[in-house]
Order: sequence, then structure tokens, then C-alpha cells
Amino acid sequence: MNFKDNKAIYLQIADRIGDQILAGTLTPDGKVPSVRELAAEIEVNANTVARTYDHLQQQGIIYTKRGLGYFVSPDARETIVARRREQLMQGEMDYFLGQLKAVGITPEELQQLYSDYLNK
Amino acid sequence: MLQINHISFGYNKKAGDLFSDFSLNLEAGNVYGLLGKNGAGKSTLIYLMTGLLTPREGESLLDGVNVRHRLPQTMSEIFLLPEEFELPQLTLKRYVSINAPFYPRYSADDMQRYLDIFDMGGMMDVQLHSLSMGQKKKVLMAFALATNTRVLIMDEPTNGLDIPSKSQFRKLVTTGMSDDKLMLISTHQVRDISDILDHVVIIDQNRVLLNTGMADVTSRIAFRPLREGDQPIFVLQSPFGPLGAVRAQDGEETKVDLEMLFNATLQNPAAINQLFTTSK
Repeated sequence: MNFKDNKAIYLQIADRIGDQILAGTLTPDGKVPSVRELAAEIEVNANTVARTYDHLQQQGIIYTKRGLGYFVSPDARETIVARRREQLMQGEMDYFLGQLKAVGITPEELQQLYSDYLNK
Repeated sequence: MLQINHISFGYNKKAGDLFSDFSLNLEAGNVYGLLGKNGAGKSTLIYLMTGLLTPREGESLLDGVNVRHRLPQTMSEIFLLPEEFELPQLTLKRYVSINAPFYPRYSADDMQRYLDIFDMGGMMDVQLHSLSMGQKKKVLMAFALATNTRVLIMDEPTNGLDIPSKSQFRKLVTTGMSDDKLMLISTHQVRDISDILDHVVIIDQNRVLLNTGMADVTSRIAFRPLREGDQPIFVLQSPFGPLGAVRAQDGEETKVDLEMLFNATLQNPAAINQLFTTSK
């Protein structure tokens, strides 16, 4: 697995698991790979993956059943969408809008672009 | 688990001591990265840890037993994969049948699994001396992990490995690691191993400059482009502006840049250590 430099690895792994939940690869109440399985698969230290799972559990995205491992929370999808929306609005959206302004894209053009994108 | 207590050692009087009153404590359940410049004494330290060299003063203990006695109970729990080595003129199968009995927890299933990771699953009947250096390294590495010794020490394991093998090496370590094992990887190839480490130990001129968990590094130091008002501990000029290591603030957590951490620690060990001794 390739990691970006700007974010702690355990958080990048959390994002990937979030992606899989949103894509439906991991389903509500479905089992998440064990810490060791995932560590071996993505070639990352097991304690780093354990940290990812702690983090996801704190956010209510996964839950643990004693002795059975980790599972996807029933409302994981909503939690992830809400969090990502918040993150987008706080950070990337500002940068994105700045770029639009810099190259002179009008609100009407943006609306058209976004409508076209949704209809693709 | 592995304790180095106040050791002093030099190869000869004229050159002086490489280590004097040096101590280090390593615990099970961790993958340690041992980093240091050329000549810092990494390999010597490894030999002192494993009983291949005997310190003039002090001792190296494995679970309280001095390794210099090289007792069977000690030697059956340590595997050292050296940077360079020769293998005898035998088939791999024969080599394993001769050497595996020294290691009570050796597993043939694990051996097969680790060879498979390196795409060398069908190699048990191959003549060892016909292999390239990289292949020899992979075969011995698979055997080293399959012995399931509690201590596994690897000196520059990724040297001589081709590009796909470096990823396979990481898979081998993350697959073979468990809570009762201690792995120590001595290397200059920090990019190869950064993601698989629990703990980093940086040594120089017979001192431990830094000895800390990677999670602790993440929470205390940020590695990123510098912003106005930053008070960096280390600065690296790049074509896109200065990068640096700064005290992590407001919960920012970046990926650990092991190369920058190493350079920063060598340049200013006091400033780095202060970040770890003060509260967040």
C-alpha cells in the first residue's frame, strides 16, 4: 500500500476502510479483517493497524465482539459521510473554491460542471 | 527481554572503545529499527547482543541469561541474519533438515508460507550455491522466520534485494511477527522499512541518541512544509520551499519521515529528545 506523506499512516488506513464501507465492499455487521491479516496484507506494522481500529471504534464506525474480532457498525455509512462532509467543508472546499476563483470559473459554469458530473 | 547493561567494547586498544558504558533495553512484541551512520557500531552492537562478541565490561542478557555463555537455551531463541554470508553446497531441503533441529519451534508450514511470499515456493530441492546473493538472502530470511525464535536480528536485510522483494520482505515481517517475538532490523534503507517498525533506535558514537516508539513520534513531531511562525527543529530546503520537523501542534499527525528524523536527531539530539521528555 502506498501512503501519502501528509497524514499519519493509521489515519490513511482508516480512510481506506471508510472507502470500502462507502463502496459496499465492507457491509453493515460484516467482519473486518483481523489486525494481523490486514497488517500482512498492506505490509504495515500490526500496532499501527491496531491504532486504526481503535480510532474507528472511537468514531463508532466499527465495533468489537469479544473473541470474534471487529465488525462494521450498522450506521457506519452515515457516520463516515457526516465526518467527510465536515472535513471537506473545513479544508478542501476552501482550497477548491479558491482555485475556481483563480481561474475565473463562474458560479453558473460550476453548476453546469457539477450537473454534468452527476449525470455521467 | 534483551538487555544490554553498561557494556564497554573496542576491537583494539589503539582504536579506542567503540562502546563505553552503553545500555539498551529491548522488549518483546516490537519490531525495532536500529539506525546509525556508517561506523556507528550497529553491526558490532548486534554481535554483542547475540554473544558473537564479548564485551570487556558489562553484559548482554536474554531473559536474564548472559548471552556470552552461548547456552543452548539462548542460542535456540536467537536467529541472526547477517548482512553477508555464505551458504554450504547443499540443497535447501538438506540445509533445513540439518539446521532446523536446533530450533524447537521451527515450522515447516511457516517455511513454505514464507518461501511462497518470495515466489520461491518450489525451491526446496535447489542447490544453495547456485542461487544469486539476493535469492540466498530470501531463502535464509524465510528460514530465519520459520525457526520462530523469540529474537530475530537482521543486519541490512533489504540490501541486494530487487524491487519486488522489498515489498515481499515487509509482508514477511508483518506476517511472521507476533507479540512474543522481538525483531530488530539494522539498516540504512529507511524507506524500505519505515511502515513496519514499532520502535526506532538511533545510535552514534557509542550513545543512544533516540529510542522511542513510532506512535510517539507521530504524536510529537510533524514532518511537513514549513509555515510562517514555525520553530522547526530541522529544516530541509526543497525546490518547493522548506520542509521540516516541528513540534506537532493541535493534534496534527503526519506520516513519520524516518530519514528526516534520523538527520534531525544526528544534528540536534538534545532538541529532539526534549520533545519526548516534555509533556505534549
